[in-house]
Parts: sequence; C-alpha cells; structure tokens
Amino acid sequence: MAAINLDDSVMTTRLDSVVNWARKNSLWPLPFGTACCAIEFMSMMASRYDFSRFGAEALRFSPRQSDMLLVLGTITNKQAPVLRQIYAQMAEPKWVVAVGVCASSGGMYRTYATLQGIDRVVPVDVYVPGCPPRPEGMIFGVMELQKQISRESLSARKEHVEQFYRSLARQEELQQARGLSQYQVVREMVLEAGAQGGQRIW
Amino acid sequence: MVIERIEAQLPGAILDRHAFRGDETVTVAGASFLAVVDLLFGEGFQMLLDVTAVDLETPEFRFEVVYHLLNLASQARLRIKVPVADGAAQPSLTGRFKSADWAEREVFDLFGIPFEGHPNLTRLLMWEDFPGHPLRKDYPLDGGDPFCSNDIGASYSPEARSLNA
Repeated sequence: MAAINLDDSVMTTRLDSVVNWARKNSLWPLPFGTACCAIEFMSMMASRYDFSRFGAEALRFSPRQSDMLLVLGTITNKQAPVLRQIYAQMAEPKWVVAVGVCASSGGMYRTYATLQGIDRVVPVDVYVPGCPPRPEGMIFGVMELQKQISRESLSARKEHVEQFYRSLARQEELQQARGLSQYQVVREMVLEAGAQGGQRIW
Repeated sequence: MVIERIEAQLPGAILDRHAFRGDETVTVAGASFLAVVDLLFGEGFQMLLDVTAVDLETPEFRFEVVYHLLNLASQARLRIKVPVADGAAQPSLTGRFKSADWAEREVFDLFGIPFEGHPNLTRLLMWEDFPGHPLRKDYPLDGGDPFCSNDIGASYSPEARSLNA
C-alpha cells in the first residue's frame, strides 16, 4: 500500500483569505434601479459586457437572497428610509456600490427632494462616478469591490454592519419619541448630522 | 370667439387677456371663476389638462393658480389664471373634472393653497408631516440642509474627510 503524500492534497492558508476568496467570486447582486444608471446596468448584465464572467450573474430581486446592493440612480429623501430597510433586510455579509453621481453625492440634484449621497443613510463600499457610468465603469467598480473583499477582515466587516443596525434602532426610537413618519425621522437625522458637521447618520 | 361670449355674459369676470402664437390666456377674478368654468364647459372645454400655480410674492395676491383647458371638439386650448391671496382657499374643480383631484393635491402639497370642496385634500408628493411647501419662493431650494448650504469642504467632518483620504 502506497503512503499518502499530504503535500498534494493539503494547502495551508488563513481563514480570512479562503472565506473572502469564496465571497468575492460569488456575489449576488440586488439591483436598486431608480434612474438611467439602471439602463446601463442592463447592458452590463447582457451578452456584450457579460457580467457573469465575474461570478455575479445571478440577480435576485429580493434583498433576503442577495449580498451586493447596487444603487443605480437618484435616491430621494422619501426613498431614504426604504433604502435603509432594504439594506437591513439583506443577507450578511453585504456590500453596497453607489453607481453614478446621483447615488454617490446627489449629483446635479442639489434640492430639498434629493438625498445628497446614499452614504448619508447606508454604508457604501465603492462609488462609481459618471452620469451615467458606462458598463465598463460599473464592472471596474465591482472589480474594485472584489479587491476590497479579498483584503477585508471578517470581524471588522461584522462591526461595520452592526454600526448600521444601531443607527436603525436609533431611528425607531426617535420615530416613537417624536411621533413622526419614517421619512421625516430620517430627514431630521440627516439634517441634525449635517448641522453637527457630520455627513452620515449610521 | 369664446372669450368675447364670456365677457358678454359675465361682465367684469375677465381681468386681463393675452394671446401667444394662438394660445389664449385669460385672468379671471376669483369670485366669478366657477361661473366662467361652467360657461367654458358648455362651450366644449371639457378636458382639464393641468392645474399648477405661480408664487409671485406680490403683497395682495401672492399666488396665481393656472388651469389649462382643452376643447375636445375644436382642439382649442385656453389657459385660465386666477389670483389667490396667501392663505385664501380656491374653489375645487373636482366636481367638474376628475383630473382636478391629483393636480389640486399637488398644488396644495407644493404651494400650500387649500382647495375648497376637494374630497381628499392631502399631500400628493411629499410625506404627510413634511414641514413647509417647497415650491414657495421663500422655501430654501436645498430644504435648509446645512450639508448643502455650507461650503462642502467646511461641512465635512475631519472623520468624513479622512474617509476620502
């Protein structure tokens, strides 16, 4: 009977590396399309740009079954609490890509109706500039996210998400205390953070 | 011409009129507004295309409510402007035109002009406890957001700036 040579079948690595390797090559995107960026996104998913090359071809239109939120377009103040709820409902670990200038900073809509960047209400991992960005731009953004995932520490990622859950609990508390709608509470939280020189409520 | 017939039947109702490339505009006194609309309906102006308003910031009649009517038979269009004072109610057209329902709610939402006789006068676009009426001229364009109002560089906290570094 021949001796088993372990060198051929065992590889030593860090847990973070192997878990992150699996995560980054199996992203499940949730498209949150609200404007023209969503049209470019269709192109990105279709045969010419073929996003399935990156292991992320399985779109899920339910936050429960996805881990990469692609915010594709303008988010209004009225949509801000909806976006927060959708992010909260996603399976962990979860990442957010702000696609286009509207999602990243409000873009050209510097008005009372538009959220000045989704990073004011949810954590964002990658920002893709452009109005709208070309499909190559979005692919580059997701590739950047994959690089980021391969570097990240599992425990830091957990704390990152928990910080958001605490802000969600604070939102509910304030809503009860002030007797306001979810829209007005998020708006007031954003305004209060702005008055204190901050830019985000999570 | 329909405007002459209105003037004949309701003297003094039309305060002002002008035409631009065949599109007629009349300014109607608030008191005779409903009577004018009834007359026009009988003349064939049976489609209300839009209701909107302008904040003129004038002391006596702050707002002008603007109605766009279409005559389905002749394809003629008519714009009616009604001066409304700040806080005064405008009679609702929901009894005459179904399309007035949401259009008047939008004007109520964004300008704060109440419509008397409207079956469901609630906000259409903004949420119910939204403070103020955003299309009034004295409403700040950015909604009073300090993040927008200040110099962007100054409004970033050191922590936020380090995120960009």
